[in-house]
Amino acid sequence: MIRLVEIRKTFGGHEVLRGVSKTFGEGKVTCVIGPSGSGKSTLLRCINLLEKPTSGEIFIEGERAYYEIDRGAIRYHSESRITAVRRKLGMVFQDFALFPHLTAIENVTEGLVYGLGRGRQEAAGVAARVLARVGLAERASYYPDQLSGGQKQRVAIARSLAMTPKAILFDEPTSALDPELVGEVLDVMKDLSQEGMTMIIVTHEMKFAREIADEVIFVDHGVIVEEGPPAIVFESPQHERTRNFLRRVMR
Amino acid sequence: MEFFNLDVIHDYGFALLHGLMLTIMLTLIVITLSLGLAVPVALCRMSTNVAVRAPASVYVEVIRGTPLLLQLVYIYYVLPTMGINLSGFVAAIVGLTLNYTAYMSEVYRGGILAVPRNQWEAAATVGLSRARTFQRIVLPQALLIVTPTLGNYFISLFKDTALASVVTVQELTFTGQIVSARSYQYFTVYTVTGILYLAVGYPASVFVRWLEERAQRGHRADRPA
Repeated sequence: MIRLVEIRKTFGGHEVLRGVSKTFGEGKVTCVIGPSGSGKSTLLRCINLLEKPTSGEIFIEGERAYYEIDRGAIRYHSESRITAVRRKLGMVFQDFALFPHLTAIENVTEGLVYGLGRGRQEAAGVAARVLARVGLAERASYYPDQLSGGQKQRVAIARSLAMTPKAILFDEPTSALDPELVGEVLDVMKDLSQEGMTMIIVTHEMKFAREIADEVIFVDHGVIVEEGPPAIVFESPQHERTRNFLRRVMR
Repeated sequence: MEFFNLDVIHDYGFALLHGLMLTIMLTLIVITLSLGLAVPVALCRMSTNVAVRAPASVYVEVIRGTPLLLQLVYIYYVLPTMGINLSGFVAAIVGLTLNYTAYMSEVYRGGILAVPRNQWEAAATVGLSRARTFQRIVLPQALLIVTPTLGNYFISLFKDTALASVVTVQELTFTGQIVSARSYQYFTVYTVTGILYLAVGYPASVFVRWLEERAQRGHRADRPA
């Protein structure tokens, strides 16, 4: 479904990703864990080109995405072609990134109408359905400022769901939430995984990762140090760095 | 000595009102033009393309670095030597619009840059093009941010139209000068002139303050929580 080949990313001389190759299978839930500053968020953001890799290749559904490599130089596709690929990948941000000047339902219809070119009525129907799916049918006409953090994040999930994405990328979706609001967001994510959605989740919620993930990858200093089923990575990690990290976060 | 001479008002009141009308007209025409034109100028200033950015920057810096009075005089007296003849009224509109567009473009630019980057990113992930994102997501938020500042420009433009008198436009201030010189009733005429400005300017500033409060409440206005 998503294949990364030797992705590297440099920010002003500092190499944040140092050659990451990884295939994310269809219908699989992959949790990305690692210390802050390890490059895990950058890795996720490279998948939908919110960060532009310095080098490496990205394939989405078997097709080369975003750019061609022409004698070592990156040549980007047209904006419309990039947008068409990005639409296949939903994204949920740590700080929600809802559109504050639009109501919950308008946040959802925006992409349907102006991204996919659907009619308003059809879009409103789809939006009502996905909002109901995340348990927010009664909050449709509320503005983001009138919603709790957990509700905002569920609207954000509904917004990406409405686009019927092939996969959803989650960038620390519960890190900005009060502890008592984390559960409602994780529950929605759990439902999605049970329905077979392909998900890549950068998270600090180790218990959740262990419960939901088909595969866990541990990233440190810009490389994948260890990957495997959660039972293996969490119970008997092979690498010293993984063990150290887990010891620190599990306590 | 009689300070306030009502006869003058009787004789020249209509002329002063006519001047006020012209002042209001100038203000409304110029504010409409510059509110619209300032958006593309702001976008040009932020372009990554130097050929687009450079002319816009030169324009803004020239306008900001020279007096408005000189700009008006230049348009009215110097352009004709290059074969461009404008009436005083048109010259005033062109001059004031060029000036206010430059300043307002900077306000817009600040407002656009103040919209968080994640708004662009979130819009991209739901398939909006950059142009659509600007139009639907960024500009509405930027407008909310800049409303108070633009409101103040509106008020100050209303008073700056007095400068149109140097290019022969008989707006309120110029009318006041003519009438007082003719009647020798400086106190009465200039006081009434001031009152006329205030009669429009004060409600306008109350309106701007109301707009400001609305903008601060954002789009939550009148919605139950």
